Amino acid sequence: MTAPAIALAQPRRRRRFSPDTRTALLYLLPAFLVMGIITFYPLLFQTWMSFTDFQLQNLSGKVQPNLVGLDNYTQIVQSKLNIPNFEFLRLLFFNLFWAFSNVVIHVILGVAVALVLNVEGLRFKKIYRALFILPVIIPPIIVATVWRHLFDQDNGAINLVLQGIGVLFKIPPDAFRIDWLGQVDDPISFIPLPLAYFALLMANTWLGWPLNSVVATGALQSVPPDLYEAAEMDGASAWQRFKVVTLPFLRPAMLPYAIYGFVVTFNLFYLSFFMSGGGPFGRTELFVTEAYKLVNDYQLYGVAAAFSVLLFLLLLGITLVTNRLARATASYAE
Amino acid sequence: MTAVPTVTTAPSRVVARTRRSRRGRLTGRQQLLLQVICLLITATVLFPILWIFSLALDPRNLSRPDGLIPPGASLDAFARVIAKPTSDDIGLLELARNSFLLASFVSLFSVGIGVLAAYAFSRLRFRGREVLMIVILGVLMLPAVATIAPLFIMLNSIKLDLPIVGQFALRQSLIGVGLAVVSGTLPFAIWNLKGYLDTIPKELEEAAAVDGCTRNQSFFKIVLPLATPALAVTGFLGFIAGWTEFYFVSIFLNDPTQGFTLSLALNKMVGAFGQTPWSDFAAFSILFAAPVSIVFFFFQKYIVGGLAVGGVKG
Repeated sequence: MTAPAIALAQPRRRRRFSPDTRTALLYLLPAFLVMGIITFYPLLFQTWMSFTDFQLQNLSGKVQPNLVGLDNYTQIVQSKLNIPNFEFLRLLFFNLFWAFSNVVIHVILGVAVALVLNVEGLRFKKIYRALFILPVIIPPIIVATVWRHLFDQDNGAINLVLQGIGVLFKIPPDAFRIDWLGQVDDPISFIPLPLAYFALLMANTWLGWPLNSVVATGALQSVPPDLYEAAEMDGASAWQRFKVVTLPFLRPAMLPYAIYGFVVTFNLFYLSFFMSGGGPFGRTELFVTEAYKLVNDYQLYGVAAAFSVLLFLLLLGITLVTNRLARATASYAE
Repeated sequence: MTAVPTVTTAPSRVVARTRRSRRGRLTGRQQLLLQVICLLITATVLFPILWIFSLALDPRNLSRPDGLIPPGASLDAFARVIAKPTSDDIGLLELARNSFLLASFVSLFSVGIGVLAAYAFSRLRFRGREVLMIVILGVLMLPAVATIAPLFIMLNSIKLDLPIVGQFALRQSLIGVGLAVVSGTLPFAIWNLKGYLDTIPKELEEAAAVDGCTRNQSFFKIVLPLATPALAVTGFLGFIAGWTEFYFVSIFLNDPTQGFTLSLALNKMVGAFGQTPWSDFAAFSILFAAPVSIVFFFFQKYIVGGLAVGGVKG
């Protein structure tokens, strides 16, 4: 392999830029030029900014920001930022738990509905499939504002429906003036999660399971029916058939999608921002909404940059861990 | 040797057929149970949507509806939000025009540039291919908020004195916002389109190459026409991203005269939930969502497939 390359030094240099490579450069140039300006350079610039005290007064470019070393990072990690309701560890744990709990529910519900709709002989299947896609096709910003409205304390649909049901059981309507998004006391005393978390969870469940169901349906339809027949003839119970036949086909499709869903939910801006506004007392804040507030409300650009660098490293870590998990469980499926 | 298989397969096939027909037929009670489950799910899916429609059509402009079907529906709320959705002096059509311009820019820009890069990644073998693909994937994982601070400062520093247009501040223009949004949609477009181009058989291009077709010709005359569905889907997803874009718009366009978008007006309505009539909010939400949701609904077969593929690969 190396011998001819050394002997023919001249052609080798030409091969470095083979026709394919030259065409590739041409085709990649626009995308990387644009990404260089709007992604890579900002990322580098951001890293520099994260070591400075960049603020509103530096925006004009006339006053240079001061280098402050790792101050921004230490202030963030030690929760010593001069902004209200910021606790780094609480934010980190809440954000991770938020993504995890959502994805688990989405996958279980998505698979369950897909299984129901996959039953042979079920009537109106097509109508149900068409209706169940509705949450996917509505822009998330609308979904978030509509659910913010549904959970409204005085006029929201959820409280009104509960009051309507309550009347049937002779419960006074005032018992259902629940402040879903703002209540300070935790609904379940031994679980340190505010009521707003459960409201957000409900809204995101509505939003999230249908696409999981679509992916699961695709996987279910790839299961050869003969396998079920064989399992049935061997006397396998319904649960055993699911475990031995269905699950191995579901896993390779659902697992990458669950990982993708985890990252998407981790970075889900609209629900937290529009429904609870991060409240009560910043307890449903996510990294993305906090980053938004650092730039827009507090104008702490240097801190925001450090915050984004931390978020970048965190997402990198999540990607590496989930990829390893995916590989570890993939071998199980094979 | 030949007789044995025919003997064994014949009964098993018969068994399989009877099994299948038995599996295919549900008992009345099973059918009923499944229908009830499906109807319950349908109710949860439809409830928020029906509620919003009911609010929007309610002629009494209540802040508190008293039933799902209002007595005597009217389109007054729609007329009100089309004329003047917020307290600002701007109509819905102008908002929609701004959102449409932003969405079109994002869509055309990311697909136009993205398909070139996707072709290179899908068909050409070159040095550094793997590294560059990982770079794209890495950018894809980043939330748009992650580069908001540097983008704000960079775009803010670009202010031009143009001869005809006058003062032009890039950050406060739809182009500035569009560029920021493209930073999120472009890597998605590249990845999604590459996934699709991978499924177009190479043999077509190889055959064309034998006939003397150059790379550029085979890209423009063979691959691009075949990729039209994927281009449309990716373009549409980019369009939705621009149409509903909120955080870049809200941070960058802080001067209302420079062009508000639908998402900003919606945010303003939510911010003033105490004073906003629910009917107006509901009507505005419907008008905002309808254009993209209707297209999505009718082409869902192609779009959801693309989403799932892009998702699985992402």
